[in-house]
Amino acid sequence: MGMASQQRSPVERSLPVETAMAIFRTMATIRAMEDRITAGLRSGELRMTYYPVTGQEAIPAAVCAHLRPDDAMVTTYRGMHDCIAKGVPLDEMVAEMCGRSTGTSKGKGGPMHLSDPSSGLMVTTGVVGGGLPIAVGLGLAAQLGGTDRVAVVNFGDGATSIGASHEAANLAALWGLPVVFVCQHNQYGEHTRFGDYTRTARLADRFATYGMAAETVDGNDVLEMYRAAGEAVARARDGGGPTFLECLTYRLDGHAFGTPTDYMDAAELAGARAAEPVGRFRNWLTGPGSVAETTVAAIEHEVAAAVAAAVDAALASPPPGEDELLRDVFSDLADSPR
Amino acid sequence: MSTTERRAESATAEGVHTLAEAVNQALDLAMAEDPSVFCLGEDIEDPIGGVMKATLGLSTKYGRHRVRNTPISEQAIVGAAIGASLAGMRPVAEIMLMDFFAVAMDQVANHAAKLRYMSGGRTNVPITIRTSVGGGRQFAAQHSQSLEAWLMHVPGLKVAVPSTPRDAKGLLASCILDDDPCVHMETMALLFTRGPVPEGRFAIPLGSAEVKRPGDDVTVVTWGWQVPEALAAAEELAGEGTSVEVIDLRTLVPLDRTTVLESVGRTRRAVVVHAATRFAGPGAEVAAVIGEELFGELAAPVARLGAGYAPVPYAAELESRLFPDRHRIADAIRAMA
Repeated sequence: MGMASQQRSPVERSLPVETAMAIFRTMATIRAMEDRITAGLRSGELRMTYYPVTGQEAIPAAVCAHLRPDDAMVTTYRGMHDCIAKGVPLDEMVAEMCGRSTGTSKGKGGPMHLSDPSSGLMVTTGVVGGGLPIAVGLGLAAQLGGTDRVAVVNFGDGATSIGASHEAANLAALWGLPVVFVCQHNQYGEHTRFGDYTRTARLADRFATYGMAAETVDGNDVLEMYRAAGEAVARARDGGGPTFLECLTYRLDGHAFGTPTDYMDAAELAGARAAEPVGRFRNWLTGPGSVAETTVAAIEHEVAAAVAAAVDAALASPPPGEDELLRDVFSDLADSPR
Repeated sequence: MSTTERRAESATAEGVHTLAEAVNQALDLAMAEDPSVFCLGEDIEDPIGGVMKATLGLSTKYGRHRVRNTPISEQAIVGAAIGASLAGMRPVAEIMLMDFFAVAMDQVANHAAKLRYMSGGRTNVPITIRTSVGGGRQFAAQHSQSLEAWLMHVPGLKVAVPSTPRDAKGLLASCILDDDPCVHMETMALLFTRGPVPEGRFAIPLGSAEVKRPGDDVTVVTWGWQVPEALAAAEELAGEGTSVEVIDLRTLVPLDRTTVLESVGRTRRAVVVHAATRFAGPGAEVAAVIGEELFGELAAPVARLGAGYAPVPYAAELESRLFPDRHRIADAIRAMA
């Protein structure tokens, strides 16, 4: 290494500073949003079925740092973090979660079915594993259309137990499609621990057998996630076919907000909380010779304000009108049975 | 028959083809006209060309990238079609037999049908799923079911069931052009019957029933396999002095209430006939529509004929007793008229 590189900060030596700050901003926004939503749920100010994402922020923040708005993403009901990372506008996202007319789907989809085609967030499915075959189709369209678009699908480790995920992985590999399978392995399938529903130690091993690149990474390590996602997205974009990323993380709350956690190992959970990725990345960013504490704090202040404003705007906006009830079933209302 | 259809018809010459060939023509024309149309399914490439031969020659003509063999993966077939449609393609997926919808139903019912509504109208799912419907061929319990009621019961799916080669060409063309998910049911018992088919571009709007035979005394409302059976029954009854009107619904969603109600309003008697199970079958909906709209004018309760309440048996002697046929339709009409 020459003089120049020795003078660069640890952050500069790892990834472009603006990229690091953008990833941090995304993670801080996700955290602020979850804190705001759960506070509202606790106080009774907000009412919705909510699937917490705290602990999994690094994965979509790092993946989406490699994506363009015209790349497609599919996610699951535990997907608020994926939506924010992909660029779904906060105001419209929160309004949708609250069932308001200003939401991404006019309040007709809700928190389990967020979609925003203008930012490439094409589908949020409430069915475990249901998104993988659809992502294969998005990848197929990119390939058939001769574009270099990429399709990314997020799902939990629980989705690897359902047949659809295996049909999708096999087809993506067979056709060499530009799909990145992002398994957010948070150690639980609903209320059941990973080790209690499979004898497979490494999910990446299982999906590698379909004939695609597969890797297990520390999903809470932004730098590792950034590297692995970068390789997977580049492979897809360059015609190298799909990748399965097993991103190890830990779900720091119950399956849904307000559900019990007594099936979780208390000591393990405490350890995972102490190692959560937002604080971990923040500490690294503000370490000696790197980003100033004031810079990071300013970002946190900004995103908290944006989140607060989004929630306020959602609560102030009206529910969808009754004329929306039967609209959008078909492209032409006249086709609907009476 | 709509004005558009009449115009389309008069503009074209006719050839004689099987229903499977008519499907092939519709696919061929759609692929020639629109690069976003492509086909995927099991064994649809040449030299097999689909187990019902409906895609024969198309992979050779358009390439294996546009007529794609898939693994035996019904969820992936339908899911891939949905995903591609979200990105602007118009996929035509083949599910070899309607019974296998059971395997793909999460993608069909939870995704294809709902994505438009769940997105507040921002994402369309313009896919067509073609499928063969068995019955009457000793394929037994898992290869013979008419499951259109499953599809009709999930808001967001359109269902077309042609009974002639001509209708297959016209309805499939409309399904492919439609911006919503459509299921095109191709009845195996009719796949290799021949009939006139307009050459060139030809479309029948979804939601337009056809009066196959005009009559004054009783209306038979039916579709698919049972259309030729109802026509045979009507012919038999004509010899006995009973004038039977036969309506082929052609699409179940959208449902052409107007044609049905106009006819039954005149005849005051209706028999609904289908190969699907009678209990909680699609005929119950049709009968209810007639009852709700024409209650005071009916001369008799609406009769329903459908498959008996049992899985489809193997033995030919049993299977032939499960489904309606021309004789049972004729008996039902006699009992009413």
